[in-house]
Amino acid sequence: MKEELIVSGRMNYKVDPTLHIWGWEIPLYLFLGGLAAGVLFFAALYYLRGKDKEYQAAVKWVPMITPFLLVIGLIALFYDLNHKLYFWRLYTSINLQSPMSWGAWALLVITPLSVVWSATYVREAFPFWKWPFAWLDTLEDFFIKNRTVLAWIMIVYASILGIYTGILLSAFNSRPLWNTSILGPLFLVSGLSAGAALIMMLSNNPLERKRFSQIDLMLIGIEIFLIIHMFMGFRASTEVQIEAAALFLGGPYTLPFWIFAVFLGMVLPAFLEIWELRGNHIPAYIPAILILCGNIALRFIIVYAGQSSRYLY
Amino acid sequence: MRYAMAVDTKKCVGCSDCVVACQTENNVPIGYCRDWIVEVTDGTYPQLEMEIRSERCNHCDNSPCVRCCPTGASHYSDGGIVLVTKDMCIGCGACIASCPYDARYPHPDGYVDKCTFCIHRVQKGQNPACVEVCPTKCLYFGDLDDPNSDVSKVLQKRKFKTLIPEAGTKPQLYFLI
Amino acid sequence: MGQSRREFLKIAGIGLGGIAVTAPLINWANGSISTDRLPAEDFISRTPTYCEICFWKCAGWVYKNEKNDIWKIIGNDDDQHCNGRLCPRGTGGVGMYYDEDRLKTPLIRRTIDGKQQFVEASWDEALTLVAENLAKIKEQHGPECVALFTHGSGGKFFGDLLNAYGSNSITAPSFAQCRGPREVAFMSTFGEVIASPERTDIRDTKCLVLIGSHIGENMHNGQVQEMSDAIDKGATIITVDPRFSTAASKSKYWLPIKPATDLALLLAWTHEIIYNEWYDKKYVEKYCYGFDELKEHVKTFTPEWAYGITTIKPHIIRETAKEMANASPAVIVHPGRHVTWYGDDTQRLRAVAILNALLGSWGRRGGFYNPDRASIPSFPHPEFPEPKKTWRDAHPGLYNLASEVVANDICDSTIPSPDRACNFKGWIVNGTNLIFTLPDQRKTLAAIQSLEFMVVIDTMPMEITGYADVVLPECTYLERYDYCRTDQNRQASIALRMPATTPKYDSKPSWWMVKELSKKMGLEQYFQWNNIEELLDWQLKQIGSSLEEMQRIGVKNFPRTDDYLYFGDGEDIEFNTNTGKIELFATDLQNEGFDPMPVYTPHPEPQTGFYRLNYGRNPAHTFSRTANNPNLTDLLDENTLWVNPIVAKEWGLKPGQQIWLENQDGILSTFAIKVRITERIRHDSVYMVHGFGHTEKQLTRSYGKGISDTEMITNVMTDPIMGGTGMRGNFVTFKLENPHLTKKEVAS
Repeated sequence: MKEELIVSGRMNYKVDPTLHIWGWEIPLYLFLGGLAAGVLFFAALYYLRGKDKEYQAAVKWVPMITPFLLVIGLIALFYDLNHKLYFWRLYTSINLQSPMSWGAWALLVITPLSVVWSATYVREAFPFWKWPFAWLDTLEDFFIKNRTVLAWIMIVYASILGIYTGILLSAFNSRPLWNTSILGPLFLVSGLSAGAALIMMLSNNPLERKRFSQIDLMLIGIEIFLIIHMFMGFRASTEVQIEAAALFLGGPYTLPFWIFAVFLGMVLPAFLEIWELRGNHIPAYIPAILILCGNIALRFIIVYAGQSSRYLY
Repeated sequence: MRYAMAVDTKKCVGCSDCVVACQTENNVPIGYCRDWIVEVTDGTYPQLEMEIRSERCNHCDNSPCVRCCPTGASHYSDGGIVLVTKDMCIGCGACIASCPYDARYPHPDGYVDKCTFCIHRVQKGQNPACVEVCPTKCLYFGDLDDPNSDVSKVLQKRKFKTLIPEAGTKPQLYFLI
Repeated sequence: MGQSRREFLKIAGIGLGGIAVTAPLINWANGSISTDRLPAEDFISRTPTYCEICFWKCAGWVYKNEKNDIWKIIGNDDDQHCNGRLCPRGTGGVGMYYDEDRLKTPLIRRTIDGKQQFVEASWDEALTLVAENLAKIKEQHGPECVALFTHGSGGKFFGDLLNAYGSNSITAPSFAQCRGPREVAFMSTFGEVIASPERTDIRDTKCLVLIGSHIGENMHNGQVQEMSDAIDKGATIITVDPRFSTAASKSKYWLPIKPATDLALLLAWTHEIIYNEWYDKKYVEKYCYGFDELKEHVKTFTPEWAYGITTIKPHIIRETAKEMANASPAVIVHPGRHVTWYGDDTQRLRAVAILNALLGSWGRRGGFYNPDRASIPSFPHPEFPEPKKTWRDAHPGLYNLASEVVANDICDSTIPSPDRACNFKGWIVNGTNLIFTLPDQRKTLAAIQSLEFMVVIDTMPMEITGYADVVLPECTYLERYDYCRTDQNRQASIALRMPATTPKYDSKPSWWMVKELSKKMGLEQYFQWNNIEELLDWQLKQIGSSLEEMQRIGVKNFPRTDDYLYFGDGEDIEFNTNTGKIELFATDLQNEGFDPMPVYTPHPEPQTGFYRLNYGRNPAHTFSRTANNPNLTDLLDENTLWVNPIVAKEWGLKPGQQIWLENQDGILSTFAIKVRITERIRHDSVYMVHGFGHTEKQLTRSYGKGISDTEMITNVMTDPIMGGTGMRGNFVTFKLENPHLTKKEVAS
């Protein structure tokens, strides 16, 4: 029998007996960030493709939620910080090797961008809307004229934000479960899928709903492919990654992952969408909510499980 | 200059004196520690082997904690000593999650804390507190670039290993085996 | 106080000295976020001390930071006991000072509304009560009926007080519960004792044999340091231990012996060394007495014979005997320290002494050196009165070879019995938690119940303080002066302890208590110094130093005037034994009617479902006295029960599972203990670290943590030669459910 003990009674807060430095705040933040990235990506995409009249929910209405999503996400992130008053230090340096730094700067761009984008559509939503200051009208005119530029910036930064939510974790080579380059694409696709689901749920245009249902179906397909690919990669890798994969293949995270994240969050909604696309009536919110919940589950599980995966030496 | 430490696992008895000396020297709050003792027993009674290691930050040459720090609070100092500037640290925990040795912890005052190789002593030409107190003299500290330093000398004549070299961190804590 | 049954009293700690605890919260509301946690640039002051956490008494410096608070304790480079390096307990000694559970004020047992309780008292009140009660005992029974139990430097002052009062029953559990058998055995063989720190020349040895001695887990600083030096120099270590101890893991040979059979192995080694003529012939011929008798005696004790008893293979016994012989005389068959195991311990240690004699290691480099110690004269005082009785009068003829007072015998003779000459009526207990120190707690408690008066002097509320009539809070060693340390080493040396700071709370040093008591007891003429500084300065000046010098240097070593660290080649030596030689055949044992040469006798073995209870030390703790030290509980705050995986499987035990124990006499453990499943323990034994399982609730960090091994030790095998309490013949079984709960439920 091999016995490994820390005999000096080490019990560092949030580190021992297993790492739990990140609680609910980080996965929530990752979920909200990914969701916002997904929504803004589709808004910019369909605007650039000139479909802002057809897919009004995607381009105009749903993005109005994103400033709130991002702000809640930021509050969660802030809440997670242990040395809060030094928050501003994020913006006194740029560390190109640090995903956290990338994220901070990406959020600094995309959060105001989401506000601006939404503001340019406020009058369309509320015809009697009046800005309190005249210069805001001028500003609004300016941004409406330059929406195309905004959309290009937004599509780039939404992608960065979406990928970032995964890269944040995959950059940690000390946590074998996170240390896979698939986590970036997986979280991007998963964020896009959540964005599509939210649009699908909030749109009242059947055509738009159908389009996003199809998109979602495709994204879920990619997600499942990436997950399988990820586990194949782990299984074919070193001992620590085999052990990391084992957390989900018989280990403590097996049931939550395969039932909540994969089956209820991907397989079942995909099935429901196929069912609907074949002409059966399924209320749009059912698959959408399942997808959103699956998305939250995926991030919570990956963040928690990743912290318990480690090198043994 | 490249500061490093060697731990003689053949002499270490795991008494934890290094842990207490670090706590008092550096005012580490009760309940926290910057260094610790690991005891690994292998085999079946009575065919047994045991290795005892005094562990701490490896002051890696390729430190994931410095890499992932968003504010630059984690940085390399003199001789490659990895430090945290506490009024630049936001306490995001990224460095804690990034360390394969779990050598960092959130200090109750908010910032992230870790072993400093007692840089305040080293700069005065003294050894770190743990090295200075160790009753078995199983800790060796010094500059690897100086062939006459304690650590260079012991590494020249003894077999050694590092922890998790496969993580690519290039650790600077050497274990004599 | 009278004969009223002594209820165990909890010590109230109301409204006294609340201590600020660093809240693990971010202190940003008031903007004070950038508190500088970097250590002070330089210390403000440093004062010398010697450590009180264990008996090794390493000398060190107490550093204070810029806030004038005690910051750290660092070893004194000039001190031979520690060579500038304290052990974890010494380094963590600051925790003893900062412990907020300390005794804070004198306490007096009073009965209020029919209920016994401790009442806070002034020093004057408390000391007057002590003086009155001691006077009463003196008048009614004679001063000889008061005994002092002490395990601390402050106890020396109480020793003076007791001598002046008229009793010389001064005892420490460190003799009959610990190292007594080895002192008696070595006295009987070499005419000298081992004493403390042990005179083992480990740093220069070529072969170190440890028999159940777990150096490294017992943190006897100098020995741990020297063992490490020996490893560096390539010495062979042979460890005999049923448990894979830390020392075993550093050894070339680990002999996983069947518990309680060590004597058979020692005799087989003796046999091998004699019959292969591997012994030091010149040395044996010149210095030893009784070789032929010994040779005849061990004739049949072959390795094959021992194999059947010890389970150690014959070729291993031969190989290890040869290793020792090859290293001779630079070989140490270590006498150990806590050696009260099976009741035949003096004989086992005699076998150890004989082996060392045969290998010629006594008085030789790499073996046992001849220590030196400083002698400081006492402050002038009139001759102490001669006691009319001594502790020996309680049991005439018993333990004649005991060189110190047998603590458990004092305990026995406190319980009234018509056939005894002396019954003790009063106890003074200083710095020793007798409940956790003496085996068979039922007997200890029975003795306490028979007392007319007990005063306890301690720094912490301990189990023993709960039974006291008066509790006197002593300040910690960091806050007081004591007599200088004069313990032996390679060179004679003295070390000073002086206060680094003023005493916390209403605690006082022992010297002050004794001085005040002497006034109240009319014994002032024996204490003619006005204060401790005067006393120490006078003493130091007699040996060519001064208090001022010692305050500056902390430790003073005196170069040896003789050239006697080791015996000279072929030097004529007169040993302090009956024959003037090293006695392989012990004439003093023969005269007392004991075996003059050790004989192996089998000891009881556990029944099915029971396991031999072994206990030992952890480097972070000293017995039960450090169990509440915040710095040290940080390292280890409870003990665990080591269980072999095979046993764990049989019982279905999981790592960390809490279980209760029951011993062969049906004694249940008060608390539960967590299981540690490990290959490091034999399948027929379990192991735990001594000193945990505190029942005193005021010890907030250690109350109810783990099990007290002492509680489980009710079968005491007394050594007939010197009264030692053999404690390793106790067997325990596991209770997976809380047995106390079940009882209560059945009752209700």
